[in-house]
Amino acid sequence: MEDAARESIVSIQVDHVTKRFGTFTVLDDVTLHVQTGELIALLGPSGCGKTTLLRILAGLERPDHGRILLHGDEVTERRITDRRVGFVFQHYALFRHMTVTENVAFGLSVLPHAQRPSPGQIRKKVHDLLSLVQLQAMADRYPNQLSGGQRQRVALARALAVEPKMLLLDEPFGALDTKVRKELRRWLRRLHDELHITSILVTHDQEEALEAADRIVVLNQGHVEQIGTPDEVYENAATPFVYQFLGDVNVFHGRIAQNETVPKETHRQPPAERDSSDEHEVTFVRPHDLELSRSRTTTTQLEATVRLIIIAGSRVRLELMSKDSSQIISVELTKERYRELRLQQGDIVFVHPKQLHVFKMPGPSSM
Amino acid sequence: MSTEIAARVRNEEWKASLTSESTLVRWTLIAIALGYLTLFLFVPLAAVFSEALKKGLAGYFASFQDPDTLAAIRLTFIAASLAVPLNLMFGVAAAWAIAKFEFVGKQILITLIDIPLAVSPVISGLIYVLLFGAQGWVGPWLAEHDIKIIFALPGIVLATTFVTVPFIARELIPLMQSQGREEEEAALTLGASGWQTFIRVTLPNIKWSLLYGVILCNARAMGEFGAVSVVSGHIRGLTNTLPLHVEILYNEYNAVGAFAVASLLTLLAIVTLVVKTVIERKSAPSRATQDAEWRMQPGSPS
Repeated sequence: MEDAARESIVSIQVDHVTKRFGTFTVLDDVTLHVQTGELIALLGPSGCGKTTLLRILAGLERPDHGRILLHGDEVTERRITDRRVGFVFQHYALFRHMTVTENVAFGLSVLPHAQRPSPGQIRKKVHDLLSLVQLQAMADRYPNQLSGGQRQRVALARALAVEPKMLLLDEPFGALDTKVRKELRRWLRRLHDELHITSILVTHDQEEALEAADRIVVLNQGHVEQIGTPDEVYENAATPFVYQFLGDVNVFHGRIAQNETVPKETHRQPPAERDSSDEHEVTFVRPHDLELSRSRTTTTQLEATVRLIIIAGSRVRLELMSKDSSQIISVELTKERYRELRLQQGDIVFVHPKQLHVFKMPGPSSM
Repeated sequence: MSTEIAARVRNEEWKASLTSESTLVRWTLIAIALGYLTLFLFVPLAAVFSEALKKGLAGYFASFQDPDTLAAIRLTFIAASLAVPLNLMFGVAAAWAIAKFEFVGKQILITLIDIPLAVSPVISGLIYVLLFGAQGWVGPWLAEHDIKIIFALPGIVLATTFVTVPFIARELIPLMQSQGREEEEAALTLGASGWQTFIRVTLPNIKWSLLYGVILCNARAMGEFGAVSVVSGHIRGLTNTLPLHVEILYNEYNAVGAFAVASLLTLLAIVTLVVKTVIERKSAPSRATQDAEWRMQPGSPS
């Protein structure tokens, strides 16, 4: 009950924010509420405005229109220094002439005399934070003596030292290699579960967003496409963009007659013909939602030829070519299923979707 | 162990043989370079000191007893001690603005900073005469209020400052541009004020380049001849700086005196070069680690 009450408090409110650079609109009337203690991912392709939104929240940029409210107070005109936000940069932005300890202590040491903790308190706090990020052994090193992952953890400890009301992370793992990125992502999630600090994570990596965030905000060309839990946006994408951005997808263009009800989605054939009416339907199917069989079991199955087999770890990716439309279809199988089917290049297979999504698109079919 | 070293040496020689020119070409190039430097640098340098010491050490030091010479030394130091701090402040401010902010006219500002390098120093001096001289634009007004600029200390300081404008700014701009704004932004989000950010983040990052710029600026300020010559009026003991004094002594056939004073400026140049080398060595490790940092960034293990 207490948890529910706490979570209902909105701590960050973005209210109709618009931002232009010259004639280019980076953010177009963006509205967003973040609850206290939440970890939100701002997900989108590069240039979608996600970093700009984060910088506006931090006070590093000014919005042209709209307001920012933190805990109910309007801070749109307030200076960075007074906002109490922790900001973690993609390229760490550690102070290169200071040791790890000095970096973490920086935020405390610039406080006005009256509020500044004693040197002893600062030392203790830095020590605690370094053990939180598991870097006690590196306390006296300089940033250039650390690896990328270590540097980003120092940056995080430095941001947490001033006890910010919210934590803003700008592609924090973008400059790291895949393995370190995955480790740090999970570690960040655990840390968030421990500290419950309201956080916004900017990323273009859908896997990162799906894995780390409580809720995902998908941005595209300056506007919000969808807000929802990772499961919601993945399974119930609101727009074709979200569907395509959150993972690999097969797109089938075609139409079905108006008012036609699809009795059971699994039995509908992915229509592959083109037409030129003013509205067309597009069917989206994820590669792992396609089922293959060696022989035709229903009439709705699509006949295709295996063109390419890529065995990537525990999953097997296939590239098929549809017999009717020559469209390339990508399919993802478990290794088990792949062995069962004993597939080889050139084999004829029959495809049918276990799950699909249909979107109505304006204008005649173009692809 | 020794065989290992021998093998490594052989390997180095082998690599060198692949990448370098033949011995003859190498030695010819070295000889040309050394000959050129001897003719145009070492010989004149040696000549300065040999001329200065022609009448022995006593004659050399006697040259500095002359009150006019002492006045010239004093004036040079005063001019430099005003021009260098002025350009220090301007250089840091301009480099900060150019490197960290976008504004209209930025390109024009960068070009303007270079003007003193492009314009002949004599012209620079003439500009001030044109402005503040008796027949100049504001000359009559200055005369009315009894303010002397031309043929006085203010004119010398102005001319020296003008000529030395680019040295510090040009040293800082590329460095500050390459360092970007992120560290400053990080400091601001951590609650530091603008001043704290400057003192604790920006300044430590630029200190070696700044010092280097100051040394170059100082060397030029003390050695400036053309611009100062036009505005100074050559009043002995009053408006003569060291370089001007050298010329006067030389024109009076006081070779020992002229070269003794010239040796002072030469020593200043040598000290400048030594300090410059030391600074470069000091800042080199930090530059090397910066490079390492760039190399390490993508894909380094945690």
